[in-house]
This record gives sequence, structure tokens and C-alpha cells, in this order.
Amino acid sequence: MGKNTSPMIEALQAELATSLSSKVIKSDIAFNELTIEVPAADLLEVALLLRDKHGFDQLIDLCGVDYLSYGESEWDADVSGFSRGVKNTDDIFNFDAKPEKEKNVNDDFEAGRRFAVVIHLLSVKNNKRLRVKTFCEDNDAPMMDSVHGVWNVANWFEREAFDLFGIIFVNHPDLRRILTDYGFVGHPFRKDFPLVGQVEMRYDEELKRVVYEPVSIEPRVLVPRVIRASEGTRDVTEADN
Amino acid sequence: MPEIRNFTLNFGPVHPAAHGVLRLVLEMDGEVIERADPHIGLLHRGTEKLAESKIYNQAIGYMDRLDYVSMMCNEHGYVMALEKMLNIEVPIRAQYIRVMFDEITRILNHLLWLGAHALDVGAMTMFLYAFREREDLMDVYEAVSGARLHATYYRPGGVYRDLPDTMPLYEKSRWHSDADIIRLNANRGGSVLDFLDDFTTRFPSYVDEYETLLTDNRIWKQRLVDVGIVSPERALQLGLTGAMLRGSGVEWDLRKKQPYEVYDKLDFDIPVGTNGDSYDRYLVRVEEMRQSNKIIKQCVDWLNKNPGPVILDDYKVAPPPRESMKSDMEALIHHFKLSTEGYCLPEGEAYAAVEHPKGEFGCYIVSDGANKPYRLKIRAPGFAHMSAMDELTKGHMLADVVTIIGTMDIVFGEVDR
Repeated sequence: MGKNTSPMIEALQAELATSLSSKVIKSDIAFNELTIEVPAADLLEVALLLRDKHGFDQLIDLCGVDYLSYGESEWDADVSGFSRGVKNTDDIFNFDAKPEKEKNVNDDFEAGRRFAVVIHLLSVKNNKRLRVKTFCEDNDAPMMDSVHGVWNVANWFEREAFDLFGIIFVNHPDLRRILTDYGFVGHPFRKDFPLVGQVEMRYDEELKRVVYEPVSIEPRVLVPRVIRASEGTRDVTEADN
Repeated sequence: MPEIRNFTLNFGPVHPAAHGVLRLVLEMDGEVIERADPHIGLLHRGTEKLAESKIYNQAIGYMDRLDYVSMMCNEHGYVMALEKMLNIEVPIRAQYIRVMFDEITRILNHLLWLGAHALDVGAMTMFLYAFREREDLMDVYEAVSGARLHATYYRPGGVYRDLPDTMPLYEKSRWHSDADIIRLNANRGGSVLDFLDDFTTRFPSYVDEYETLLTDNRIWKQRLVDVGIVSPERALQLGLTGAMLRGSGVEWDLRKKQPYEVYDKLDFDIPVGTNGDSYDRYLVRVEEMRQSNKIIKQCVDWLNKNPGPVILDDYKVAPPPRESMKSDMEALIHHFKLSTEGYCLPEGEAYAAVEHPKGEFGCYIVSDGANKPYRLKIRAPGFAHMSAMDELTKGHMLADVVTIIGTMDIVFGEVDR
């Protein structure tokens, strides 16, 4: 793995820029990987071009990403010393204070930037990789064209993204839940779905069957999320003095 | 005329040939499969969501539990993604150790696959043979990490510790007499590397034994040849990777094509099939075991000659040595910070893949600059293979379904995640 960008990837970026031109919103190289962002409306067209013209014959992975709480920190990293833990009075750790049910989490969020579908492509022919990212236009009902017709393997990956994120893939042949339980409610990998879940299950001796009840355990944070101003690692002794 | 009708058969989830918790709903016309609908997710633990609430290093342990028969390869995919984003270079000795353990893991995985696959198809002996050799390799796992299965040995920046100088020895017990002890401990007198060196000289003859039992066995061939044929074009479309892809004749192996660690310095070959049926995939995997053995041998020789650090000397990512923690305040602080808050990754996203025994195993990490992943997606090869189930079984008999599950090398820990 070269640490610097290889010329192969730059060449691919230039090649894609000319052939896809306006359909590419953004094209970045980071960590020696090329990512292109494509509008949802053009995804299918771009996918076909990538497969037939650019030799991306294999879809390696397709997954959803929910950007709802991107960049949110649970711990104010600007304050130094041990007082950080004591001082924290805002209700970050207060899980009893539930947000009002009526409020839609998407109201404060930038339209069309919440759900993304990320596709990883591999060209066995040319030995190249590419990441294609597409944001769903609607935050409340995320929709996307299915690429199942272009790469058949997308079938289950799209079912997974539907199951876990609730992204609807238009023209998918068989969009059912795949990983969660039969009769599961909700989309567990969304950021507004609690880690402990909504319901728990037990066998009821009297009813002689399995019953579902609201969860009885309380969510807790063992290690808070911290975002440091300086990128990557930092010098502990310097910052603490 | 008797009445002929289609019926639906429920296969699993607790069928011994279902390799875990696969539930297959088969629509059959007589004994011929018309449609196979696998219901997965019975082992879904939400690994990716759990990782979002843990600091990066704490998720390494989850990786072992994905594909629980090739533990260290899973860890490798994950730590490689972390290293890519942290922009750190692993010490050369650690790279050799990783490659050696990747190949040990490959043999472990293929042995379990061979034993279980043969058992499913009706050859009982293979299972016992395969587990005999697995025992030796799991002892090596235990010697370096303390655990026979869930090692958590790879760390960003290297491996947890250097290879030990001694192999654990058998002790006398109700089950082992003095004579047993002498026999069992005969090759355990030296270091782990000496034990592995001995293993690599023994292993090729073991593989010959397996091949004597299976390769030209009439029943084995009747059950495997021309079952589950995949053409190279379809294999790419269906997202097959690893031995499933090579069995169809596509020459693709990340160890050769996109080499990571020290694979480009080692001498080994990539076996490729021709027909793309279950028998070819069997041959490919058996040859892979021989090639892995060759790689282990080369790594053992190199590691014997070249001592050195096995983990990065950067205390922001890897903990300082235990001795300095006892005497040096700064080292203690580093250790404390590292195990409580962890380290932050720069904002961005990266995907790193390794050639896992089953195919391409990759980790896609989205980081928002925090000490925990914002999103971790695990690309498990078994998931894509499982999705090809319907196409592979169509038109085959019910008994062939068992062969096809076996040839796919399915482990539900990674399919369901």
C-alpha cells in the first residue's frame, strides 16, 4: 500500500471526469482511494457506464450510511483536566429526557444529506477500485434506484440497506427484510434508533408463549465520543498542562 | 396416474448440514429444487452498530467473532483499515507475523471446511483427520494470544506481543500417561517457530492423506463433479470472491493483485479451477493449503533470522511496554489515555480488504474525527456467496443442496454479522 496517491488513481479520476462529466458532483482522492459522488437520479446511468465502459465488473459492497449525528461529540474536548467529567451539566447523559415524540428528527437536518448509499466497485479486469456515493433526496422517505440489474449481487446488499436503514430501492425484485427478526419494527442502524433497541423478548409462563415488552435496561455510555480539534492523535501531556 | 404437486420444504435452521443457523425455504418439484430462499439473520448481533459505541481498539474483539473459524484474518481487515486512516507503517517483523498467522488461519479454515464438507457429503473420517491438525495450529494461537479461537492478537501498529520462546507442554493427567506425554511433547521443546517449522514439514504428507481419501474417491466425485457450476461471468456478477471465484477460472487473489503486508516478497502460487463446479473448488482449496504451508515456512525462516519490534513505537496508537509503565509516569499516562479514551481517527472514509480464506473481507470505516467509528461496514464474503444460493441450487436435487452449502464454505458469524 503506497501512502501517496498513485498515478493510476489520478488517471482514473481524470478518465471518469471526462466520460461522466456533469454526472459527478464531487470527486475526491483520500487514503489512496477514489470516491465519486453521483446524484440519485443519475445513479443507474452511471452504474451502467462504469460497468460497460470502465470495466468495473464486480460490485464488492453496497451499504447505507445515516449522517444524522455526524460530527457530534459527547464530551467537550476543549476543556482540559479532570473537571471535564464533573462539569458536564447539559443533558447529554440524561437518557430519561426523551425528545418529544412529535418532533421529526429530520426537521433540523439539511435536506437530502441524511441517507447515503455507498457502493464499492472492483474492476478485476483493470485491477482498480472505486467508491460511488449517492445521497437520497428525501430524508423522510429515502429512495434510490436499484442497481440489481447492473450487478446481480446488489440484491441482498440492497435488502440489507433497506432492512437496517429503511432505504427503498426502486425496481428491486424482492425488497424484504433480511437480517432482523420476522415482524421487526423500525430500522436499527439509523442513528435515532437506540443501541439497546425498543423491545425485549421473554417466554411468559402464564401465557405459554413468547412475549415482547418495552426494553427494561437503560442505555449508558461507557466511553464518550470525543472529537479532538487536532487531527488524529494528540500529545496528552501537552494538552493537559 | 399419481397426483404430482410441488411442495415447500423447510431446511434448517437446526439441521447439521446447515452449517450453523441457515434456514432455507426450498420450493421443490419432486426432488428437484425450483427456488431456494435462504432466511438469514438468526445470528445477527449488530456488530457494526455495537462498534459505533466503542473505541476503535475495543472492536477488534468483535472481529474474531464474525467468521469464528478464521479469526485473525478478520482482525487483519479491520486493523488494516485503521492503519490506512492513521497513516502508520507496521514494523516489518509484525508484517511477517501477520502474514504467517493469516496463512495459519487459512489452513485452520480450510481444514474445518474440508472436514465439515466431507462429513456432509458422507465421508466421516475426514472430519477426524482435519481436527487432528487443527489442534496443533490452535495451540500456536494459544501460545501467542492465550486464546485458542478469539485471539484479539492484531493491533493497529503491529501485533500484541512478540512470539513466545516456548510452546505450552502437555502435563500428565488421567487422560495422558507418561508415554503419551513424551510423544505429545516431542516437538514442543523449542520455540513457537520451531514447532511451526516442524508442522510445515509434516503438513504436506497430511494433505496427501486427505487427497488419498477424497480426490479420486468415486463417491466424492459423484457428489461433487458438475454440482453448482458457476461460469466466470456469472461469478463476477454474483459477487463471488476467493476460492469461489478462482474455482471458476478467474485468476484473482488480493495477495497477488493488490499485495498487502509482505506478500509481494513471498513465493507462492494461486491455484485456479476450470469448470467452476464444486470439485474444482475442492481442488483449489486443497492446493491453497499447500501454498499456505509454503508461505508459513518462508515466514518462519525469516522470523528466525530477523528479530525486531513487533508494534509501532508511537504511544498515541500502541501502548508503551509494560516495564516502562511501572517506572515511567508518562508511559502510564499514555496507557491510561489509550485504554480509556482511545485515539481519534482523522475525518474521512477508507476501505481496506484482505484475502480472507473465504474471499474478500473488507472493512469500510467512516470517521467524523472521533475516537469511535461513525459507521463501520463489514464486507463479509459469505454474505455475497449466500445470496448466490438460489442460482446455484436451481435444477439440482435436494441432496446437492448440502454439497453446495458445503462448497460455499459458509459461516454464519460473518453472514449475519
